Amino acid sequence: MVDATHGPDAHAAEFADAELYHPRSWWTRYVFSQDAKVIAIQYASTALAIGLLALVLSWLMRMQLAFPGFLTFIDAAAYYQFITMHGMIMVIYLITALFLGGFGNYLIPLMLGARDMVFPYVNMLSYWTYLLAVLVLVASWFVPGGPTGAGWTLYPPQAILSNTPGQEGGIVLMLVSLILFVIGFTMGGLNYVVTVLQGRTRGMTLMRMPLTVWGIFIATVMAMLAFPALFVACVMMLFDKLLGTSFFMPAVVEMGNLLPHEGGSPILFQHLFWFFGHPEVYIVALPAFGIVSDLISTHARKNIFGYRMMVWAIVIIGALSFVVWAHHMYVSGMNPYFGFFFAITTLIIAVPTAIKVYNWVLTLWRGDIHLNPPMLFALAFIVTFVNGGLTGLFLGNVVVDVPLSDTMFVVAHFHMVMGVAPILVIFGAIYHWYPKITGRMLDNRLAQLHFWVTFLGAYLIFFPMHYLGIMGVPRRYFESGDISFQPPSAHDLNIFITVMALIVGAAQLVFVFNLIWSIRHGKPAGGNPWRATTLEWQTPETPPAHGNFGRDLPVVYRWAYDYSVPGAAEDFIPQNQPGPNPPHEAPAMPGGATS
Amino acid sequence: MSDPAVTHTDPQPGLTGFVSDWSSDKTAFKTASWGKAMIWIFLLSDTFIFSCFLIAYMTARMSTSEAWPNPSEVFALEIGGVHMPLILIAIMTFVLISSSGTMAMAVNFGYRRDRVKTTVLMLLTAVLGATFVGMQAFEWTKLISEGVRPWENPWGAPQFGSVFFMITGFHGTHVTIGVIFLLLMARKVWRGDFDTGKKGFFTSRKGRWEIVEITGLYWHFVDLVWVFIFALFYLW
Repeated sequence: MVDATHGPDAHAAEFADAELYHPRSWWTRYVFSQDAKVIAIQYASTALAIGLLALVLSWLMRMQLAFPGFLTFIDAAAYYQFITMHGMIMVIYLITALFLGGFGNYLIPLMLGARDMVFPYVNMLSYWTYLLAVLVLVASWFVPGGPTGAGWTLYPPQAILSNTPGQEGGIVLMLVSLILFVIGFTMGGLNYVVTVLQGRTRGMTLMRMPLTVWGIFIATVMAMLAFPALFVACVMMLFDKLLGTSFFMPAVVEMGNLLPHEGGSPILFQHLFWFFGHPEVYIVALPAFGIVSDLISTHARKNIFGYRMMVWAIVIIGALSFVVWAHHMYVSGMNPYFGFFFAITTLIIAVPTAIKVYNWVLTLWRGDIHLNPPMLFALAFIVTFVNGGLTGLFLGNVVVDVPLSDTMFVVAHFHMVMGVAPILVIFGAIYHWYPKITGRMLDNRLAQLHFWVTFLGAYLIFFPMHYLGIMGVPRRYFESGDISFQPPSAHDLNIFITVMALIVGAAQLVFVFNLIWSIRHGKPAGGNPWRATTLEWQTPETPPAHGNFGRDLPVVYRWAYDYSVPGAAEDFIPQNQPGPNPPHEAPAMPGGATS
Repeated sequence: MSDPAVTHTDPQPGLTGFVSDWSSDKTAFKTASWGKAMIWIFLLSDTFIFSCFLIAYMTARMSTSEAWPNPSEVFALEIGGVHMPLILIAIMTFVLISSSGTMAMAVNFGYRRDRVKTTVLMLLTAVLGATFVGMQAFEWTKLISEGVRPWENPWGAPQFGSVFFMITGFHGTHVTIGVIFLLLMARKVWRGDFDTGKKGFFTSRKGRWEIVEITGLYWHFVDLVWVFIFALFYLW
């Protein structure tokens, strides 16, 4: 009986799964491709394209705040639509899709020594569903009433009340688009998780995986558990809107008329939304953590400090982020005792996060730091993340949060910590892996220009916002008008921020130009321009061909961080190079460079 | 240390085995193929969807401003002049649980490479599943004819109808998808695709007998979810 059940299939994973899909035509090679590398580029291009739209929206908002009435097509409704779409696109359709769909697809198989993701067909469906979600989102500009203006959190009841912009069709398309995104992401996420767990090459243990893969892996697991809450919230709100149910709608008197809804709970939506929304912060932060660890180690020519600690910190942050969601709801009217619990869990997250920051700094300590563009962005990330994290301590405490709620301080905080910081990592990662993806280097002078304008500009945009917030300037106001508590200098600061935002935005065009120009005109990169250890740099071809590794898969003998090993011929030892005693497995660390 | 890693040592029991599996290379779950690992992770994610639905339902039920209708009266039937509370739901539950039994037998015969018995049992499972969906359609029809709508019902809190249609509808969709998969896979079993390793139309992966078990895992999950819906929606 036991033999019958666990007979020849017990080791099916050993051989049968290694079949690789081979495209036979141009369409299946480049468009409906099942190759994770092509899917990654499709994901990344779509995400960057829609992200540019969100960038333009932020320009328009800033123009309205600094020069009210200058752009006559921006009325209050349009302003709220810009805010909503800017936030939604940036958080979900750009950063999440780019980190997991883009970098996840490209790097997981290559870094783990796999030929492809484990389910290439499902992976392809994932991208096309994501594209459909993006198209539905964009379509909301072309329906009567335009896109929804409910704010990116889509709080009911106002999201579906009749005076909210986009109430006619925009909110429906928004919810449908999110549902599609969750479905598409789930298909991709299954691939990322199973590839990491079951698709590694010989010798690649979990504790030899580069931290990039660890970050993407844990973020994907979190997304698989957090997106269901968003899915459910969207389905229920869709029913409230289309079927007239009252899940989130209490009895509402609108313009003197009693609406047919009664007995629903708006707070329920907030709980569901933030049960997704807070893990979402770490879904974009953990891949950034992982990538930044690899960038720092590679460009400082030094092993990452405390690899095991870094892995466990990622895991612990991932777990803790599921029990902090209500710190977004201190002023929502929920039971105040909850605030006590959620403030404590929120502050506990600072511990593993701080461990990571210390380890990055200690990796840099006495390293051979090369200020290449990826390294510049990685360093900028650390500083920015610490800044955003410190204001998080303000907002995580109930008594400090209450007066700061719904002010520009909150805007500055989350833009620093989950806007600027992950996007700096995205830039760094693109500068780092672009040579592998295209075979050519990005132009260094343009990269330096892009970096300094973006980095300094981001601070000039968001630092003054903290000050505005402490003064009490509220967020999401179309026009502040003459409010007595705001000194005229507040408005001058608004103009300054807007000018900086326009400049930083323009600098991104330099980046886009660099991306396109370098495909043909960049300096040839060779297989391993950064002299890095991880497997994606050891492929026989650059860019890697279909199947990634030629005839034989690489065999892994060491961890990903053998940089500047004393006595080694070069200052890096690739993971697939045989050799004695990987240093991290040695019983005691010698002093000097590695301690 | 020239050997890349400790691979494929004999399986060890208990915590030691767990640690050695997870610290080994290639795979973390030594006996699970890619497909089986995938379905487990998918089901974990789906569990969160149903949990969110059920928690949202419980919140709505506790916070609604009107009284919640009594499910055992709403779902009662008069059969032969006898008033029987929840009788239809009891039969539905019995049918669905039975289909889990036939599915488990199909998986067993699948691993014995018994094409005929596997096909018959999978078809039987599909018939039981379709019966369940059919009874659910009857239940929906009955409630709709009694005036239950997603936005109102004759007996109390309007959320009763909303939750009923949403959760049973979502679960019924799962069952329907399961029935379709069972029929497709039963056809493959019958044709012998899993013996010849015929490639799938979309995925171009070789067909393998474990697909029967993967289908079974999904089916058992749908059953298990029903038990929670039954307990929390109908019995509460």
